[in-house]
Parts: sequence; structure tokens; C-alpha cells
Amino acid sequence: MVRATQVHKSFGRLDVLRGIDLVVNPGEVLCLIGPSGSGKSTFLRCINHLEKIDGGELAVDGELVGYRRSGDRLYELKDREVCGKRAEIGMVFQRFNLFPHMSVLDNVMAGPVRVKRESSSTARDRAVRLLERVGLADKVKSYPNQLSGGQQQRVAIARALAMEPKLMLFDEPTSALDPELVGDVLDVMRGLAEEGMTMIVVTHEMGFAREVGDTLVFMDGGVVVESGDPRAVLTAPQHERTKSFLSKVL
Amino acid sequence: MTDPTVRPSPGGGEGDGGRSNMKIVPVRHPGRWVASAVILVLAAMLINTMFFSHVTRGGVREGRYQWGVVGKYLFAAPIFRGIVVTLELTVIAMVVGIVFGIVLAVMRLSPNWLLSGSAWIYIWFFRGTPVLVQIIFWYEGISYLYPHLGFGIPFATPFVNVNANVLVTSFTAGALGLSFNEGAYMAEIVRAGIISVDEGQTEAAQSLGMAKFQTMRRIVLPQAMRVIIPPTGNETISMLKTTSLVYAIALADLFTAATNISNTNYEVVPLLLVASLWYLFFTSLLTVGQYYVERYYARGSTRALPPTPIQRIRQSFFHVRIKPVPAMADAPWLAPHE
Ligand SMILES: Nc1ncnc2c1ncn2[C@@H]1O[C@H](COP(=O)(O)OP(=O)(O)O)[C@@H](O)[C@H]1O
Ligand SMILES: [Mg+2]
Repeated sequence: MVRATQVHKSFGRLDVLRGIDLVVNPGEVLCLIGPSGSGKSTFLRCINHLEKIDGGELAVDGELVGYRRSGDRLYELKDREVCGKRAEIGMVFQRFNLFPHMSVLDNVMAGPVRVKRESSSTARDRAVRLLERVGLADKVKSYPNQLSGGQQQRVAIARALAMEPKLMLFDEPTSALDPELVGDVLDVMRGLAEEGMTMIVVTHEMGFAREVGDTLVFMDGGVVVESGDPRAVLTAPQHERTKSFLSKVL
Repeated sequence: MTDPTVRPSPGGGEGDGGRSNMKIVPVRHPGRWVASAVILVLAAMLINTMFFSHVTRGGVREGRYQWGVVGKYLFAAPIFRGIVVTLELTVIAMVVGIVFGIVLAVMRLSPNWLLSGSAWIYIWFFRGTPVLVQIIFWYEGISYLYPHLGFGIPFATPFVNVNANVLVTSFTAGALGLSFNEGAYMAEIVRAGIISVDEGQTEAAQSLGMAKFQTMRRIVLPQAMRVIIPPTGNETISMLKTTSLVYAIALADLFTAATNISNTNYEVVPLLLVASLWYLFFTSLLTVGQYYVERYYARGSTRALPPTPIQRIRQSFFHVRIKPVPAMADAPWLAPHE
């Protein structure tokens, strides 16, 4: 589903990604861990076309991110094509980023109605179903600031799912939550994983990574240091940097 | 009722040593009493001179403020025609100003330097010259500099030629002058509003696949409104009065109409009062309107909106308990109100 080969990205003189190699197969849940500033968010943003990569190759579902290959040339994608690609990838942010001026229902309907031009009745039916699924059927008419952080994040997940994405990106979805609210969000994500959604999850929840993740990737300094079966990486890390990072967070 | 200054303390546990039975003497504010007395005396003097005193002008003893003359002209036909012109100019200038402002603000925030640069120059020019000069310039300068306006392919012979004097009447000159100037101010107001919206909003909208225009129209601008509305209300109130500058190009707005009348009957001050009373009436209307528009755009930013003044009055007169309105149900046209 995602194939990264020597992906490079720099901001000015700061090299943030220095050759990322990784593969995510369809239906796989890949958990991404690493110290702050190691480039995890930047990598997710590259996958979702929110940043342009400077080198290497990044492909989602067999298609290059940001470019179209034709013969031996790469054509930069037009804005409209980029929007189409983003619509197929769901993204959940650390700080939820719900639209505060819209009700919960409108937040979840916004993508399908505005981007896919779905009729509002179709979009509403799906939105209500998704909100039921994340346990917020009674909150459809609320506004985001009337919800707890955990509820907001579950709305954000429903909003992303409303676009029926083929890949979901989670950027520290539980880091801004009070500890007692983390469980509800992780439950929703676990349910998604069980249904076979392809997911890349940046997280510090090692329990989640161990139970739900198919692969655990440890990133540091813009490169993948170590990856493998989560249980193996967590219990017997091979690299010094992984060891010292895990000793700090576990 | 008992003496309101003497209330039993709300407490009354054992710990406060029986204080609940003692009188509480509030702090006195003698300074406030003196100041209030001074203000009341001054107000009484002013009201006396306004309505109950007379003066002798040119050998004739007459009411100081000439309210009779004011009343005679307050609803005169030329004044009404002037009001229409003033309101038309205000609406046109604000509508064009807001549209220009949004376009210029988006241009200024564009990464393309030609777009942001030209917006910057526009704002620099129209904010940097007096609006009075701009109005006169539209009226006099255009036909002086470009007596024939041609429409067609750039640098080729134009298809249509228009005499600029025909195109630029005093009304169009006034409207153009006020609009272009307002555009520059609105651009800065809108820009401040756009910048105030968290970048995460744009990111979330884009990650759903929304295009740039949609993101701006559906996500950023509605949230920017909360920051944009209050200064825009000020601009509108200010514009209503600034329209009087079209006096300089002899366009018969409210102020010019009043002046035209006093030029023939020499009742200068009463007619200034007529104009002022109308300006005050419309600025008051705008102030009320602004209050409700602000409340509307506060949706989602406060959990519960405070009651409106009308609700407050109902509350205190009829002792109706009005539940704090959840922010979303505020606009009565969005949600039914019990
Ligand atoms: N838009 C940007 N401009 C400049 N520097 C950036 C930008 N985004 C991220 N960075 C820098 O890139 C580095 C990696 O950031 P990030 O990907 O957010 O790390 P992580 O999510 O792993 O904590 C940080 O040093 C950060 O300051
Ligand atoms: Mg991050």
C-alpha cells in the first residue's frame, strides 16, 4: 500500500528525513515510534501530499506521491489531482483539528459533501452510522468545544472514515488526551485494524503497538533504525538507540 | 423590603463567631457621589439650554436650538433623497470594500510574489492617500488623464470608446473613491482574520481533499469572521459618516442636502442638527445589528452565549428563567427556539 525508498526531505538546511525505506502492505498496521523531532510527522505529511519530498521515491497504492510517471518523465501533479489523492487517505491529528464552527454531524459530512459531492442525505446516513460506531450517536448536534478530548478525537476519526479511505494515518492520536480518555480512542482504532484497514500509527502507546501492530518501526534522526515484529522489537531491540529510547519510554 | 445596605451575611457557620447577626456596613465612595452630583448638574444645565432657553439673534428672540426648524426639515423630501444617497454609498462602498478586501488579503498571503506584491502596492497607495483626495481624483482626474476610455485588446485600437465624463458621474466617482479606499482597509482586517485561524484547520481540510478555494470559503473564512466582524462593524459605522466627503464633488448625500437647504435659508445650525440626528439614528441601528452578527459568528467558540439585552429585560421584568442558550441554537433561523 505504501512503499518508501530512500525518501529525503529537508526544510532549508535542516535534513529531516534522510533516506526512509519502508513498506506497508494492504491491511497492515504499522506503528511508528521515535524521539520527538525524528521526522515522524513529516513522513506522514509527505505520504498525504502535505509536504513535497526532495529525493527518493514514495508510492501509495502503486502510484507515486506528488508526481505522475509518463515515459521517462515525472510530471508534477496539478492541485486538483493532489486533492483527489488526499481524499483517498485519512489523517487524524494530535490536536484533533475538528472544525469548531460546524456541528459534529457537519464535521463528519463535510468531506463527502464538499469533496465527493455526495447528496447530503447519503452523507448524513453514513455520518450517523460512523458516529454510532465510535460511540457518539448522542452527540451529532453538539459542537466540538462541547466535547471532551477523547470524544473529539473519535469524531475526527469518523470524519476521516467518512471519505472511505484506503489508508489511515494517525499522528499521535492520543498524546493530547487525559489518560482515562485514551482507551476509548484506542478501542476505535483497534476495531478499525480488525476490519482490515491499512494504518500507519505514530504513537507512544507501546501496549497498542504490541497488541494491534503488525510491524513496529523505530525512527531516529530521519532514518529507520530498526523495524520488525512489535513484540520482538519491544522485548529484544537490536540497536543501541532503540534500546535507550525504549528504556526511557517503557 | 429591608434596607438594602444591611444584609445578613450568607455564611453563618460556627466558625465565624456569630457574625451572621451583625450589620455589614459597605465601603462608602464619597468621590463617586461628588462626581455623580457634578454630572447631574451639568446635564440639567445642558438640557435647560437645549430645550428651555432663548437667545436674541439679529434682534429676534428665539429658541436657542431652534427645534421647530429642525422638526420642519427632519422629514423634508431633499433630506430623504440625501439619506438614500448616503445609504447607497455606504452599502456599495462596504460591499465592494469587503469583496476587494477578501481578494487582496488572499493575494497578500499568496506565495506568488507578483500577487502579494501587487496587493501590497494597492494597500500602500489607497491607505497612504486621503480618501477626500481619492474621491476628487476619481471625479476630476480620470477624465483629465484618460479622457477617452477604450475597451478592446491591450495596446491595439479599442473596439469601444467612451467619453470618461459620461462614465464617471459624481455618484460613480464617490462610490469608486470610497470603495477602493475601503478595500485597502478591509484587506488588512481580513488578513488579520485569516492569520488568526489555526493552521491545523487548513491541514485538516486539505487532508479531506478539499481544494484551496473550498478550504478558504468553507473552513478558514467562517472562522476568521469572528475576528473580522467587530472591526468591519466599525468600518461600516465610519463609512456611513465618511460618505459626507462627497460634499466636495457636489453629490447630494444627507450632509450635502442639509447644507444645500441652509445655503438658501441660512439656518445652518438647525440643518446640521437634522443631518446629525439622522447619522445618529443609522449608526445606532448598525450598532445593534453588529451585536447580533457577532453573536451569530460566536457559534462554536463559546459553550453558551450570554442572553441578549432583550432577553435580559424579559428576564428581569417578568422573572422568566431563560436557560443559557447553547451556542449552536443561537441563531433562531438555525434551530427552533422554545
Ligand atoms: N514546516 C516546517 N518548517 C521547518 N521545519 C520543520 C517543519 N516541519 C517540521 N520541521 C522540523 O522537522 C523536524 C522533524 O519534525 P517532525 O516531523 O514534526 O518530528 P516528530 O513528529 O518526529 O516529532 C523538527 O526539527 C521540526 O522542527
Ligand atoms: Mg510529531
